[in-house]
Amino acid sequence: MTPATLPLVTELQSATDLVPAEPIGPALDEESREWLRCLRAEGPVKDEAVARLHALLLRAARFEVSRRGPTLPHLRGNDLDDVANQAADDALVSVLRRLDDFRGASRFTTWVYKFALLEAAVKLRKRSWQGREVPLEPETWSLFSSAGLEPEEELEQSELVTTLQRAVAEVLTPHQRTVLVALALNGVPIDVLAERLGTTRGALYKTLHDARRKLRRHLDDCGLSFESLVKEER
Amino acid sequence: MTERPDLTQALGRVLGPAGAEVGCDECFDVLDRYVELELAGADADAAIPGLRAHLAGCPACREEHESLRALVGGSGA
Repeated sequence: MTPATLPLVTELQSATDLVPAEPIGPALDEESREWLRCLRAEGPVKDEAVARLHALLLRAARFEVSRRGPTLPHLRGNDLDDVANQAADDALVSVLRRLDDFRGASRFTTWVYKFALLEAAVKLRKRSWQGREVPLEPETWSLFSSAGLEPEEELEQSELVTTLQRAVAEVLTPHQRTVLVALALNGVPIDVLAERLGTTRGALYKTLHDARRKLRRHLDDCGLSFESLVKEER
Repeated sequence: MTERPDLTQALGRVLGPAGAEVGCDECFDVLDRYVELELAGADADAAIPGLRAHLAGCPACREEHESLRALVGGSGA
């Protein structure tokens, strides 16, 4: 895609902007309806449903822990069990609090799984960075090295990277630069940075998105384009 | 042309996806529906535009999408 036709948006789209106005959950499936009925009941019926829900969430949390655990060798078995149990507990609270948000766009079980997976994934990211300093200065511009390229490619790439580096330093606000450098250059997980900066994943991603759009627009103004560089490679 | 996957990936992380995208909160809200559509072989990207681009730009949401898809579509569910 040429710079002139590159679509640039200035704002993240809300789901209502992008998702077609299609009726969601026209009819709940039998199993989902039964889950809702039991969870909205009182007494033993509700207690039993909450216990089954917790078991379901724990299974999802353990699934996530078993997927990501091997990449986190410093976390031991007990730590991983602890993460899974805490994730299931926290997901249970979230699901019960947001029960009225379930509209049947998916099966109830799929809807609740995402809460447990999110809680487990966030906890794993935070544990893996516990006690580590979050690098906020660029550490990996070396990835943009032009070593080994043909002279013509080297020139083209060098111009783009130099322009990009300068734009990161000069075009972005200090907060945008901090967020972009930490997330996109230094590989800090977004949940870890959100915790350190006292904000949310959504707010940080919005900042990252705005920074990326600024950089793309700047490259565009300079007649440079990441997409055209990648296309030439293929 | 010389292969340079590191450069492409590094630039991709800095510049993010080119197209319009939803944010993390919107992604979470529709992820279950998106995954079920994918697993049913439906056109999830047409039904929920902007989510694929977000998954390309947000490693955390991408991981959670991969996990939900694996859990619901595989032996974990």
